[in-house]
Amino acid sequence: MNDYETVVGMEIHVELATSSKMFCGCKNDPFNAPKPNIYTCPVCLGLPGALPVPNKKAIEWTILLGLALGCEIQLYSKFDRKHYFYPDLAKGYQISQYDHPFCRNGNVKTALGDVRIHRVHLEEDTGKLQHATVDGKKVTLVDFNRSSVPLVEIVTEADIRSGEQAKLFLKKLHQIIRYLGVSSADMEKGSMRLEPNISVRKVGETALPNYKVEVKNINSFNFVKRAIDFETKRHIELLEAGTTPTQETRGYVESSSSTVSQRSKEEAADYRYFPDPDIPPIRLEARYVDGIKKTLPELPEAKIARFIKEYGISADEATHIAEDKTIAEYFESCVSLAQGSSDTQKITPVIIARNLINIHGDKMTPKQLIDSLLAKELEKQVDTSVITTSIDVVLQQQTKAIEDFKSGKVSALMFLVGMVKKELKGKGDASFIEAELKKRLG
Amino acid sequence: MLNTLTVKEAIKKLKAKEISHHELYADIAKQIELQNEKLNIYLSLDKQVEQKAEKLLDTPLAGIPIAVKDNFLTKEFPTTASSNVLKGFMPTYESTVTTKLMSAGAAIVGKTNMDAWAHGSSTETSDFGVTKNPRNPEHLPGGSSGGSAAAVAADVCIGAIGSETAGSVRQPSSWCGVVGLKPTYGRVSRYGVVAMAASTDSPGPMGKTVEDTAILFESMAGRDTKDATTPEKDVPKLTSVLEQGVKGMRIGICYTDHSEIGKQQVSKQILEAGKLFEKHGAEVSLIPLSQKLEKGKIFTPDYAIGVYTVVQRGEVASNLARYDGIRYGNGRSFFGAEAKRRIMLGTFTLSKGYSEQYYNNAQKVRNLYLQNFQELFAQYDLLISPTTPSYAQKLGASFASPMYGELEDMLLEPTSISGLPGISVPCYRDESTNLFLGMNIVAPWWQEEKMVRAAHLYEMETPWNTWRGKI
Repeated sequence: MNDYETVVGMEIHVELATSSKMFCGCKNDPFNAPKPNIYTCPVCLGLPGALPVPNKKAIEWTILLGLALGCEIQLYSKFDRKHYFYPDLAKGYQISQYDHPFCRNGNVKTALGDVRIHRVHLEEDTGKLQHATVDGKKVTLVDFNRSSVPLVEIVTEADIRSGEQAKLFLKKLHQIIRYLGVSSADMEKGSMRLEPNISVRKVGETALPNYKVEVKNINSFNFVKRAIDFETKRHIELLEAGTTPTQETRGYVESSSSTVSQRSKEEAADYRYFPDPDIPPIRLEARYVDGIKKTLPELPEAKIARFIKEYGISADEATHIAEDKTIAEYFESCVSLAQGSSDTQKITPVIIARNLINIHGDKMTPKQLIDSLLAKELEKQVDTSVITTSIDVVLQQQTKAIEDFKSGKVSALMFLVGMVKKELKGKGDASFIEAELKKRLG
Repeated sequence: MLNTLTVKEAIKKLKAKEISHHELYADIAKQIELQNEKLNIYLSLDKQVEQKAEKLLDTPLAGIPIAVKDNFLTKEFPTTASSNVLKGFMPTYESTVTTKLMSAGAAIVGKTNMDAWAHGSSTETSDFGVTKNPRNPEHLPGGSSGGSAAAVAADVCIGAIGSETAGSVRQPSSWCGVVGLKPTYGRVSRYGVVAMAASTDSPGPMGKTVEDTAILFESMAGRDTKDATTPEKDVPKLTSVLEQGVKGMRIGICYTDHSEIGKQQVSKQILEAGKLFEKHGAEVSLIPLSQKLEKGKIFTPDYAIGVYTVVQRGEVASNLARYDGIRYGNGRSFFGAEAKRRIMLGTFTLSKGYSEQYYNNAQKVRNLYLQNFQELFAQYDLLISPTTPSYAQKLGASFASPMYGELEDMLLEPTSISGLPGISVPCYRDESTNLFLGMNIVAPWWQEEKMVRAAHLYEMETPWNTWRGKI
């Protein structure tokens, strides 16, 4: 059973949080719309004669995301029509990108290995079907508030080898998207959708297996991991029994952490792609792309490295703080506030970092946080004579520990420091006490 | 009979208060009463048009009555594109072209019949019956803007609007003996026009004179932020260049040496036109036809039919996908035979494994035509050719061949798939049948002013235009 490896490629759809839709001026906020079909117009309803006009911001953000994922930006790009019938698809085709996506060939590092990005392209979302009962009759209603919302599709190479790696990759991708501020990337609301394509092959084989299983309806990173784990086991069992798993689309079932067959995909759908004649091809100038590149914010990886170097905090602390851009920004404003005045300079970045781990940045203003940390520090201060008295008390009581220390047990010293602190009811500077103890114990 | 006035005359007389809107619209109404049922031109009419027009005296177009093809979306009229799929469909928005025309002071009398979805060159594929040619009702008006061409010819409007994908303005104009102007692709917004083949659709004016089409052109052209294929370009003031003539222009004659077309009367007329332009100071020469792409020669139009058929059917199949009857209109079983044929062919040519063979190849040949015209327009200011090979065909002719329209539009398709502007002017009238022929004058991209200069000169110097009163 151990000589198999999992081969996973991911398709991730992300709704961009532009203020208007992809091809019209309608408001892009389907999730908070008070009523169905209010953010609509001839274009996103697919009325006769309506024409799409691409959203510049959405294109810019797609390029920004591509750059953040290390992609090459394609200076020639175009939109194509992808045809299929579904009642939530107003025009009978989706405007997407076929052979000239905006971004290609990126790379995302994870602790379990790199995941190459095959392409990043821009398309439009569909409307939404609602199954309801109206006047006692079961009906299906269509809400076009989401129709033509800008949607980015990120396609990875089949580089993912485990459920755990998929999770790491997705967390990182999610973090980057949130850092760029181009999407809420909220999986519950469907603004980030995850579809792993899973297959299994013998270790040592390099060719892609001759089948793959796509799993849909997954709305968390943990579920992606579980779906991959479940599928891996299922495929290995089938392969061991001498059958190739069926190429199909499966749905994830949360309650049982398993997947069920939805539809067979043996014959790939023919979408009859062709260039959308309503939208002229897009030629980007290199300096335009450079301009977008300049707006790239510092990404998590770089931020973590800088925090460690600049502020002397631990890698764990830096990673934790940089996880969320708003926390990281909060941290830095606290640091600069503290370092800006001689009164508060003793509140070092390390102290701030340690205290940040347990609080949420939005609960206190930086000033409030610094003030409270300062108060704590002041409280810790005690007269040297009090400390000396406490040390005397402890040294009289703890003869065993003194023996241990003298015979070379280093941990005994830390125990003594702890006892002195206890005597001082938590006050006093630990490093000062340690130094005093060392002096006394010769 | 004020309904026979040209756009130019009507505006002038209305502004000078020589005539009233009431008088003008009464004559239009009378003519509609006399002709509409017989010829089947209008699908819908606005009974309040006169009251609307009266308020427009101070606008550039002064409230003149115009006819609009039924594929332009209009809030005041049902818009069907002559298909049962859209029977009774009331648009919730107005096309850019009709919005612009109305704000310039045009009043829409009614919506005109057409080939269903603009699929055809006869008006016979309309789900609401064929339109008859006002010049000779046993004959077809051409199409797809057959209703608009007939409306001008029958004087049931002062000017009209059509749309051309490959010949749909110029071919019916030629057959009905009127003037049809097809602007450069992208010059006029397609927003709110029921799409046929999005990469070639161009709305255009149709009128009694070259000047009338120039006036209407200026009111409908220009960049539209709702149509991504309309670039930021100044709209040329065609009305102010009409009298400038052709002196010094280099004009090339095309297709008169084609084995079939060369034998036709129309070729004789084009050669005559060449002489006329030469007399007025142009440098005129024959551009030899070539079966392959050669410098200084015009690439045979024969392949344009194939290119156009493949590209246009593909776009048609895609554009008609939205008519599913869920949000508006009737379901897909309401499509007529021609639309079904085109949807099937287009779906086939875009299918996996076939798109290489058909669609992609067609686009390559399309590029050859583009290249050919780019080279020719380095040497010439204008190209002239017959608009159609021959006269209007008899009613029923289109049913004989599914490729009927493509053969009729063969001479226009190379320029249409290249996005070039062109204008068709009457160049002959057959005395026995009262049927007309047209000359097609093609200018380089974005240079419509060149073609109207030649067209206007020709119109003034020849007897073929019935409103210039020289017959």
